[in-house]
Amino acid sequence: MRVALFVTCLVDLMRPRIGFAAIELLEAAGCDVIVPAGQTCCGQPAWNSGDRTAAAALAKKVIDEFAGSEYVVVPSGSCADQIRNEYPVILADEPEWHARAVELASRVYELTDFLVNVAHIETLPGNFSGSVTYHDSCTGLRGMGIKEQPRALLAKMSGVELKEMAAAEECCGFGGTFSVKFGEISAAIAAKKCGNACATGAQTIVGGDLGCLLNIEGKLRRLGDETTQVMHIAEVLTAKN
Amino acid sequence: MESRSRHFKANAAASLANPVLQANLQTAKGKFVDKRAIAIKEIDDFEVSREAAKNIRNRVLENLDLWLEKFEETATARGATVLWAKDGDEICRHVAEIGQRHGVHKAAKSKSMLSEEANLNLALTAAGIRPIETDLGEYILQINDNEPPSHIIAPVVHKSLDEIADLFHQVHKTPRKTEIAALTREAREVLREHFLTADMGISGGNFLVAETGSVALVTNEGNGRMVTTLPRVHVVITGIEKVVPTLEDLTLLLRLLPRSATGQSISNYVSVLTGVKTPAERDGPEQLYFILVDNGRADVVGTEFQDMLRCIRCGACMNHCPVYQTIGGHAYGWVYPGPMGSVLTPLYTGLENAIDLPQAATLCNQCGVVCPVMIPLPELLRKLREKQVEKHLRPWFERLALKIWAMVAASPPLYALGSWLGVRYLKWLAGGRDRIAVLSVAPEWTLGRDFPAPEGRTFRELYRKGKK
Repeated sequence: MRVALFVTCLVDLMRPRIGFAAIELLEAAGCDVIVPAGQTCCGQPAWNSGDRTAAAALAKKVIDEFAGSEYVVVPSGSCADQIRNEYPVILADEPEWHARAVELASRVYELTDFLVNVAHIETLPGNFSGSVTYHDSCTGLRGMGIKEQPRALLAKMSGVELKEMAAAEECCGFGGTFSVKFGEISAAIAAKKCGNACATGAQTIVGGDLGCLLNIEGKLRRLGDETTQVMHIAEVLTAKN
Repeated sequence: MESRSRHFKANAAASLANPVLQANLQTAKGKFVDKRAIAIKEIDDFEVSREAAKNIRNRVLENLDLWLEKFEETATARGATVLWAKDGDEICRHVAEIGQRHGVHKAAKSKSMLSEEANLNLALTAAGIRPIETDLGEYILQINDNEPPSHIIAPVVHKSLDEIADLFHQVHKTPRKTEIAALTREAREVLREHFLTADMGISGGNFLVAETGSVALVTNEGNGRMVTTLPRVHVVITGIEKVVPTLEDLTLLLRLLPRSATGQSISNYVSVLTGVKTPAERDGPEQLYFILVDNGRADVVGTEFQDMLRCIRCGACMNHCPVYQTIGGHAYGWVYPGPMGSVLTPLYTGLENAIDLPQAATLCNQCGVVCPVMIPLPELLRKLREKQVEKHLRPWFERLALKIWAMVAASPPLYALGSWLGVRYLKWLAGGRDRIAVLSVAPEWTLGRDFPAPEGRTFRELYRKGKK
């Protein structure tokens, strides 16, 4: 299987190791991975800010860049949703582009979904050991159906103990631009998420979307929690103890 | 009601700083969310019912004028008078005139959000008619100096038992009670007298049934029945979008409404009221008026926002909204809070008067998945954001930032340079720590939390290096 990785702008800037972990996982599942060099952002910030023109321009750029690949895999439910579910909406009025958007949608996957349901990964490269709790990021969950996939992967790791938190499916308060437009509300919502996560006693909070993870980690540290780790699912699945 | 939605941010800050409100919101949320989750399991075809409910509401909205004419015809045939109101002022004029015509001095009201839109109580008082709120929550708010409701079905959800105990003690001049049953009994004693002496009953309407000319009321306290059957005159005030074709359609919607709203299989009272009292009947009003209100609704018909008019006012969207549950209803500044309010307020009061509301959502879509009539609320909020951009209503710095970002993201070399610089700047801000306490480029982020520091190099730098 030939897979093109869409790194996402947040991983590119903040946590390159998540991108490398995604490559490691895909290769462990038997995929040939390429990383198209010109990629930038999927355009979600523009789309959710109401700038259709900018969102359409970036959608077309992504469609072009990933035109030849067999599969496109994204280590973020939210960015994958933007490409799969929003591009066809954004380009609805341009028949040729719309057709290309629908075609791309058929081969774009969120990382854990791809590993479980397409690549059928058997052995994971990591041997992480410890207790974790999983935060279901909203768009991955409600837009892409990401729920069981990360849990199925964690279940393959003998050292991982999953402790489900209350209200795991509730928003962490990130919301993209919402987090910088309404910082206080956003942080107050994050505090509830941190409370639920920490109540499980898990040492590590895991999720599939970096935006949510930065929000949760930032709130934990501000609250004075210096010990709870916050990790992307790809990092956990590749971690070597 | 005058909108305070312009002050959303300040309102929200006040809510966040109010520990009593925070505790009250937490308590109420658990009740609504858990009870709904249990109640919807009672019907094995809940998702199919949602789809059917959506179709019923769409069928009406696609020919709204015809269904309203049908309703007018059938209601009139049963002795009711149908009046139309363009806006809140016209509602007030109609009710004052009806009051004058029938020599009304006191009006007992059951819950009506339309009367909040119109500020009706103020107008009634000015017209010499004393309005008495008889829904317990609304009554509490009325005796608390006409405080506005903070939730569409649980108007007083922001108040604690203690606050209400103090209020009753002060206003009723009775010994302070803290038992809910005792407080309720006290309110009943006060209200009973009003039910018996009111000349006019004013109610809202959950649905209007076109085939029979009826209004359907879904209530829990029984005050709705008192208000609509005891006084000589009954005035129903409701939005033009509330009509449904048949009684059979109504039954489907009634399966969804109480379950979505309060998590009840059925509310304590469901009344379907048709026509005036006939000579053979002992109860019911001698005069029945329907005031069917536009107040911005007609302008939404046929637009990309028409889906919003399907709303059956259950409140599930706000009960499940992380933002509403964190700031409460008053922060939204007008009649309708939460996700449905963030769509309705700009549509009904003007996009420029509620600039923050469509933005004040994480687009988590919890509202969209619980809505019993499948309104795509996040999509509508996003479309409103698009309208704001089209009409240049966003602040200049946001527009500039978006423009620069879009230009950079469209150009790989610029983007590589921008992220190369950006990551180093952030790393410098962190000053060797794993976090940034004040994020100068987006100061809102660090108001209530830190910003984790970046690793230090971009993925593209490291990837290219690894390839070499």
